[in-house]
Amino acid sequence: MVKIKSNVIQRDAVVVKFVGDSGDGMQLTGTLFSDTAALAGLDLATFPDYPAEIRAPHNTIAGVSGFQVHVGAKKIETTGDLCDVLVAMNPASLKSNLKWAKPGATIIVDMDTFDEPAIKKAGYQTSPLEDGSLETFNLVKAPITSLTRASLKPLGIDTKTIDKSKNMFALGIMYHIFGWSFDATYDFFDKKFQSKPQVIQANKIVLEAGYSFADAVEALDSVYQVSKAALKPGRYRNITGNVATAWGFLAAAERSGRPLFLGSYPITPATEILIELAKYKSLGAKVFQAEDEIAGICSAIGASYTGSLALTTTSGPGLSLKSEAIGLAVMTELPLVIVNVQRGGPSTGLPTKTEQSDLYQALFGRNGECPAVVIAASSSANCFNYAYIASKIAMEHMTPVILLTDGYLGNGSQLFRIPKVADMPDINPPIAEANDPDYKPYRRDPETLARKWALPGTEGLRHRIGGLEKEDVFGNVSTDPLNHEKMTHLRNEKVQRIANYIPEQEITGEKEGDVLVVSWGGTFGAVEEAVELLQKEGKKVSHTHFHYIMPLPKNTSEVLKGFKKILVCELNSGQFVNYLKMTQYGHVYTQYNKVQGLPFTVTELVTAINKTLEEK
Amino acid sequence: MSNQPNLTIERSSVELTKDDFVSDQMVKWCPGCGAHAILSAVANVFPKLGYRKENLMMVSGIGCSSRFPYYVNTYGIHGIHGRAAAISSGVKIANPHLSVWMATGDGDSMAIGGNHFIHIIRRNIDINIMLFNNQIYGLTKGQYSPTTPMGSVTKTSPQGTIEHPFNPGELVLGAQGTFFARVVDNNPKMMTEVMFEAAKHDGTSIIEILQNCIIFADKTHDSVTNKDNREERQIVLRNGEPMIFGKQKDKGIRLSGSRLEVVTLGENGITEDDLLVHDMYEQDPGIHLMLAKMAYPHFPIAIGVIRSANYPTYDDMVVEQINYAKENSKIKTVDDLLNSGDTWEIK
Repeated sequence: MVKIKSNVIQRDAVVVKFVGDSGDGMQLTGTLFSDTAALAGLDLATFPDYPAEIRAPHNTIAGVSGFQVHVGAKKIETTGDLCDVLVAMNPASLKSNLKWAKPGATIIVDMDTFDEPAIKKAGYQTSPLEDGSLETFNLVKAPITSLTRASLKPLGIDTKTIDKSKNMFALGIMYHIFGWSFDATYDFFDKKFQSKPQVIQANKIVLEAGYSFADAVEALDSVYQVSKAALKPGRYRNITGNVATAWGFLAAAERSGRPLFLGSYPITPATEILIELAKYKSLGAKVFQAEDEIAGICSAIGASYTGSLALTTTSGPGLSLKSEAIGLAVMTELPLVIVNVQRGGPSTGLPTKTEQSDLYQALFGRNGECPAVVIAASSSANCFNYAYIASKIAMEHMTPVILLTDGYLGNGSQLFRIPKVADMPDINPPIAEANDPDYKPYRRDPETLARKWALPGTEGLRHRIGGLEKEDVFGNVSTDPLNHEKMTHLRNEKVQRIANYIPEQEITGEKEGDVLVVSWGGTFGAVEEAVELLQKEGKKVSHTHFHYIMPLPKNTSEVLKGFKKILVCELNSGQFVNYLKMTQYGHVYTQYNKVQGLPFTVTELVTAINKTLEEK
Repeated sequence: MSNQPNLTIERSSVELTKDDFVSDQMVKWCPGCGAHAILSAVANVFPKLGYRKENLMMVSGIGCSSRFPYYVNTYGIHGIHGRAAAISSGVKIANPHLSVWMATGDGDSMAIGGNHFIHIIRRNIDINIMLFNNQIYGLTKGQYSPTTPMGSVTKTSPQGTIEHPFNPGELVLGAQGTFFARVVDNNPKMMTEVMFEAAKHDGTSIIEILQNCIIFADKTHDSVTNKDNREERQIVLRNGEPMIFGKQKDKGIRLSGSRLEVVTLGENGITEDDLLVHDMYEQDPGIHLMLAKMAYPHFPIAIGVIRSANYPTYDDMVVEQINYAKENSKIKTVDDLLNSGDTWEIK
């Protein structure tokens, strides 16, 4: 079937973006494309870009849904700045996404959708296919709708059903461009449409029709060849950040022997964690969809008191609503993990877009002096690890932990090397023993300062705790001034001492140099890639990425001091840089910020770092 | 521990007494506060429930009522304002082997915690809720509450309130409550009786306690609770018995068309046979709602268990779903999950 094309373009990475109307099935197309890439042995990262509206008006810019895939033979850390191939299923999607295409990129459009009304609705004065505005690109005008209909005519099914499979035509074109097999996609059809043989048949016909079309078209007379990525041997799967988060918690529950309880309320872009955990009752997960964000966290606090690995998941506005209850968990010193899948704020803000602007809220957004642990995942795949670690810290140190991820990590996907649960670190919560004569609710471990977890039902440990200030050791209500000061100090010190149990901060590159680029959370991939590019050019620049924010790793100051300048890059107006200024003195800080609801591109980071290198 | 298939709460192997539940904390309610009587009733009830003392759990929110957990020696959480119902829900779902009791007030549950209150009821989670209704905010010193009678002068309503108060019973039944009882703080015997009924009921039980706040709303319930005329102004409902009240046991409640009506036995040929017979187990809440709404001066107020209907509980169904999933799912461990679906080996 595969005809050898005249031009084979060797690439170590290619970025493909599928865009279309909300109903065009772009998310599925992108997912099938990535699964096939993964089976072909490539590393990859994906990112869906969809509107807040479920189905915005047909053929409008507001209704454009997209899915970007970055595949490569090298380690893929980001979803890619600009795309090499753009597949646009209608004029509006072309109009809104052309800016993401590389100069000279291949643009494949469904020319059948470029009729007068749709062109006007997209905001074009003239057809971009005819007016020469795309002449610097390799434009492929494909009659996707009409060829899909023609290929399915013999089956005698209705046009509406037929048109639903046009995305498979586009996918067929892509498989030709990459020279990939249909096997994985056929498997998907066979499983997904088991009871509908006609749908399976239709999809296969259209996929092959797209492939054959590409084979015959001159504009597609070159194919990409991306060799296999040098991945660490092991078993792999594709995983989104939100699913990885959910699974990390399940692993922590299993290893700790503590039953999982999630109290949550749906909110974009965190809902998938709730949906995912609701599936695994067979693993004993208790998932409570509460009446609001506050009930979500309060039910988790109740469950925590009884000895569950207690979780609540949310996004920015939900974290605001949970603030008072986080204070209760701090005061009662109960383990609790609060996940904030950050989105653009303030208020309702940009629900489907990514941002890192809830850092201040996570660190400081509560009444009183109210320290909680704050950690941040840095890739879709390592959301698994950080959900696990957050659970471990919460339970072993008897404290609430805020785990920050973001929309980019949560919705994006990456290859995930499947671990064995037995190989994960131990989790040993300080559970009080029945009839322990020394048990007092606020007696602490001398090393960690964690109090003991005394579970209802256990003999000899009945006790009451609550949000009023506690008497040291005994835990009775106390308004004694010196006791309050002591307890305030103890609560803070307990969190600070967690620095003794977390890894030291690492540097990519030399330990001394001109500029140290600092990042935290979901921007890791883009920053790491930008720094590596500059290091290859011989520039004296290194990178350090923070996963542990409260407390910071013990060697933080040590890491920072080897550099003339420190450039802190983050998707907000400078929250982490200000936090560093507060806590790590004597360094020259400068910052690069973006608050557009979008992730960093490698290109803009390279420019920013170069500028910092050049400035005296 | 929470994996035991048996849902019944573990029984105590020894006989418990009041002393088993006395905490070491000084009770700090005002002298003469109705809450003392409630504490005393609880102290009578808890040892007699037959549960292991370690399996009892108290949860509260904020307000005078919510200091309750400190005064009973059980496991307990004194939560934050309005959230006791949410905290209790988590406790009971996570560990269904606990007998969970909640102390809350008219502010805590009807105002700031109104949302959690209606949803715990709707879900029918097996928790016993003691709703201290003193029709005032006591702990913040005398502002009107959602149950303060319209027109009452309080610190925040110097010209009288202009809000329609909630009748807690109406709210409970509107939220599909399966158990609602009303008692008065000066009738400890009745209070004890009703607490046992609440404990027996599998589902969310609400006990509205008409409680006197001696400082900020003294005698707020006096018109119906005063010992001199309470027999005329209260009707004690007992399951299976005709609805009779009055000092002379000469008055009753009957259904007249679609409404309740007070009648006098012997007048106009009315006999006991004409009266409504209380059926607290009736599934249809229609009559229960009318009984909960009865108010002085047109009616006596209803005291006792008004409704105790049998419906599945949320906490039981959680366990059933988990047990079913454990038996039927291929995913038995997290390793199974990690390796499920599309995975591939890279050598």
